[in-house]
Amino acid sequence: MGSRSSHAARIPDVDSIQRETGFSQASLLRLYHRFRALDRNKKGYLSRVDLQEIGALAVNPLGDRIIDSFFPDGSLQLDFPGFVRVLAHFRPVDVEDHGNRDPQEPEPLNSRMNKLRFAFQLYDLDRDGKISRHEMLQVLRLMVGVQVTEEQLESIADRTVQEADEDGDGAVSFLEFTKSLEKMNIEQKMSIRILK
Amino acid sequence: MLRAALPLLWLPLAGAGATEEPTQEPGSPGEPPPGLALFRWQWHEVEAPYLVALWILVASLAKIVFHLSRKVTSLVPESCLLILLGLVLGGIVLAVAKKAEYQLEPGTFFLFLLPPIVLDSGYFMPSRLFFDNLGAILTYAVVGTLWNAFTTGAALWGLQQAGLVAPRVQAGLLDFLLFGSLISAVDPVAVLAVFEEVHVNETLFIIVFGESLLNDAVTVVLYKVCNSFVEMGSANVQATDYLKGVASLFVVSLGGAAVGLVFAFLLALTTRFTKRVRIIEPLLVFLLAYAAYLTAEMASLSAILAVTMCGLGCKKYVEANISHKSRTAVKYTMKTLASCAETIIFMLLGISAVDSSKWAWDSGLVLGTLFFILFFRALGVVLQTWVLNQFRLVPLDKIDQVVMSYGGLRGAVAFALVILLDRTKIPAKDYFVATTIVVVFFTVIVQGLTIKPLVKWLKVKRSEHHKPTLNQELHEHTFDHILAAVEDVVGHHGYHYWRDRWEQFDKKYLSQLLMRRSAYRIRDQIWDVYYRLNIRDAISFVDQGGHVLSSTGLTLPSMPSRNSVAETSVTNLLRESGSGACLDLQVIDTVRSGRDREDAVMHHLLCGGLYKPRYRKDGMANTEATNGKPPRDLGFQDTAAVILTVESEEEEDSDSSETEKEDDEGIIFVARATSEVLQEGKVSGSLEVCPSPRIIPPSPTCAEKELPWKSGQGDLAVYVSSETTKIVPVDMQTGWNQSISSLESLASPPCTQAPPMTRLPPRSLVTEESQAPLNLPSDLRPSFAFPTSLAKAGRSHSESSADIPQQQELQPLMGHEDHTHLSPGTANSHWCIQFNRGGRL
Repeated sequence: MGSRSSHAARIPDVDSIQRETGFSQASLLRLYHRFRALDRNKKGYLSRVDLQEIGALAVNPLGDRIIDSFFPDGSLQLDFPGFVRVLAHFRPVDVEDHGNRDPQEPEPLNSRMNKLRFAFQLYDLDRDGKISRHEMLQVLRLMVGVQVTEEQLESIADRTVQEADEDGDGAVSFLEFTKSLEKMNIEQKMSIRILK
Repeated sequence: MLRAALPLLWLPLAGAGATEEPTQEPGSPGEPPPGLALFRWQWHEVEAPYLVALWILVASLAKIVFHLSRKVTSLVPESCLLILLGLVLGGIVLAVAKKAEYQLEPGTFFLFLLPPIVLDSGYFMPSRLFFDNLGAILTYAVVGTLWNAFTTGAALWGLQQAGLVAPRVQAGLLDFLLFGSLISAVDPVAVLAVFEEVHVNETLFIIVFGESLLNDAVTVVLYKVCNSFVEMGSANVQATDYLKGVASLFVVSLGGAAVGLVFAFLLALTTRFTKRVRIIEPLLVFLLAYAAYLTAEMASLSAILAVTMCGLGCKKYVEANISHKSRTAVKYTMKTLASCAETIIFMLLGISAVDSSKWAWDSGLVLGTLFFILFFRALGVVLQTWVLNQFRLVPLDKIDQVVMSYGGLRGAVAFALVILLDRTKIPAKDYFVATTIVVVFFTVIVQGLTIKPLVKWLKVKRSEHHKPTLNQELHEHTFDHILAAVEDVVGHHGYHYWRDRWEQFDKKYLSQLLMRRSAYRIRDQIWDVYYRLNIRDAISFVDQGGHVLSSTGLTLPSMPSRNSVAETSVTNLLRESGSGACLDLQVIDTVRSGRDREDAVMHHLLCGGLYKPRYRKDGMANTEATNGKPPRDLGFQDTAAVILTVESEEEEDSDSSETEKEDDEGIIFVARATSEVLQEGKVSGSLEVCPSPRIIPPSPTCAEKELPWKSGQGDLAVYVSSETTKIVPVDMQTGWNQSISSLESLASPPCTQAPPMTRLPPRSLVTEESQAPLNLPSDLRPSFAFPTSLAKAGRSHSESSADIPQQQELQPLMGHEDHTHLSPGTANSHWCIQFNRGGRL
């Protein structure tokens, strides 16, 4: 595998990507291959269709939303840095990262907050920084089986929002969202081991 | 009943120890007695089961005594105390009987004592956690156990070669390997007993505990292979035998797991069809799990693995299929049996140790073994963890490793295995027995005693119990989906990918096949959490009684009372809730007067169970609205027949109802204001009540309450209405329907007509004076009569407070027809759902 570094060097802007995402060269190379494989007609970027072609994503209840999160701000093209940037959220948190991190630098993409933010924006469709009851209901409709009636879903949504809602505005803000999950080990739950 | 029956299955043999004879004692009197004996002593006929029962009783009493002092149990693990108690009892037995009796027999242990413990731990194993850590668990269980066995065995042999073990211990390398294999396995019973009290974090717990369960296969194989090698004699062992040994590892472990899964499948499938015979549901769980154990044992597969997999595999489907009551029964029976078995095991271990005839002491062997098992355990853990951490998302840190090394407790399995050795083939058996006893005692007592301080000292992350919240549940699912999706995108088929696959497969096929349709329809984890939260709310709500109701109503936006009241002042809210209570109280009180001939007529009319559902409903509404009694009477819900419950309690509480009523009036004085009418009977003497101006405010609320009840949906008295219509046991369903219709024809007129209702108070005054309600409009009579019939029974708050849990119990029995009644209002959906939902179960 002596050729690995030369391969990795073929990735454009590999250094800056690596600095931003914290991925190892090996991971970047692996992701680059994957990126190229997903790019069906070698156009150099991914389109929504490319991701939708992934069979398992189609059955994932949140599949569409997750694909959407790869295309921020309504863009239609996903280049490799963007692709890696999204995936960087799921890089495991290194223990040593915490110690020597420069406070000036922006938080790494795989920090707890950023992991949570990624999940949060899957709920928050209208990007107003709040999960409204309606948005909660939509997610629930995706996740809970069709067997539960609409009324029941609504009451679940109500209760879910109520539970997290602290300021009584009938919606869950990001702060409230993180609070409701403060006991959970997000660093562990939102990481994939191979994405070192 | 079941609880009693099941132990009996194994009672005859369980603790009998030395008296291995089952129930058929030859002691039944062969020669007929000379004459008719007034009194006959038949000890021998009952001896075996009697002794078993006595032992269990002693063990249980000991447990109670231990737990009398919190201080002792917080410092000393129960298993230590039991072993020590066993030692004392064994000493007594030895002193009295001059021979050691009642020992831990391997047969008893493996066939009767071990299965309940393993089933309990498998069934209640947190499956998600288990599979999340499966890699680590399997490594420790397989590699770790093999490592421990071989290194310990070899090191002991080396010790012997070095001359540190007395030459009278006649054992070769194979004997030591055999001994190493039986002494090396971490024991599930001991681990469970100690770790349950330590409360380390769940990952650590599941790894140590999972290892102790899964290593059974390795232990069994090693033990059997070594044993047969020893019996064959090392000279005759061929190369193929080694290969067979390795192959048998796979056969035994995979075979055991397969047996367990097959039985889990059967069990789930069977419980799908028990709808009409709910009573045998818990029994099925135990029978099939035990069958799995015996089947695996019969095929000399790993029985522990079989039961573990059976419990692990069936739980999801079984829990979905069986009724709420059965679930509770299963849970408690399982826990009772497991705790019972555990207690007996430790006590018998203590007793067995006293028997010095089995012993042969060799200090070198004992100390060497102790040192080696500790040393190699620690070394093995460190080495394996180092390898595992290369692959683990969350590495196991040093502290975890220390606890894992130190938590490698040996226990009764090792003891039972060493007792099973054949002395003719293994001349050193007695030495091995003594060493095993010392090792077991050392690990259970010394390590068990010190592990708690150690954990505290090392500041091991403890497990923190927090109640599940809907948000957590929902977001956790989101995370799972996200991770599965990301793995798809990355193109790596990792753990999340396969878990996702499995869940889809399960949803599509397995659950469809194994869950009854009604259960499958509502099977969803988020929904489950929601449901459980609601149940919890409801229970605590009832527990706290009606006083809290008002405050609850204030805090919970979804509470109907809040929405219904225009004014937001506290007093108004109080009045609101109070009035609901009064409504019913009124009725009852009216009944109490009992003078009314009309009432009597009506009572007879409604007799025959028709009024009872209504009665219950009244009680229910009452409890909720006013102060329900604290749940001291919850026990009543156990009574099978609802009607019976009601009636028996009617009698009991008839006198207390008086005082309670007083309470109501005193505490929620608004209530009294509302109930003026009804109280005519009771208050008849004291006229002051009636003319009080308070009469006016309540009456409108009465009407309000009444109307929604009638219509079955209204934002106001939602919870009243929902119960009213829905909380009906299935056997009373028909009667209920009839009664509903009859009630509607009879009683509804007064209810519907708000004006008459409002006018009631003044009229009642008149009634009271004239003592004959004849001048009442005919349509009003039913409303009085109806209550009367109820009141004759003298309703009690306590009874009604028992109703709510009861209702929950009953609901599973009901058909699902509830949701139509749901008040659609989203505002109060919370409470509505809570009460309606059960019907679907």
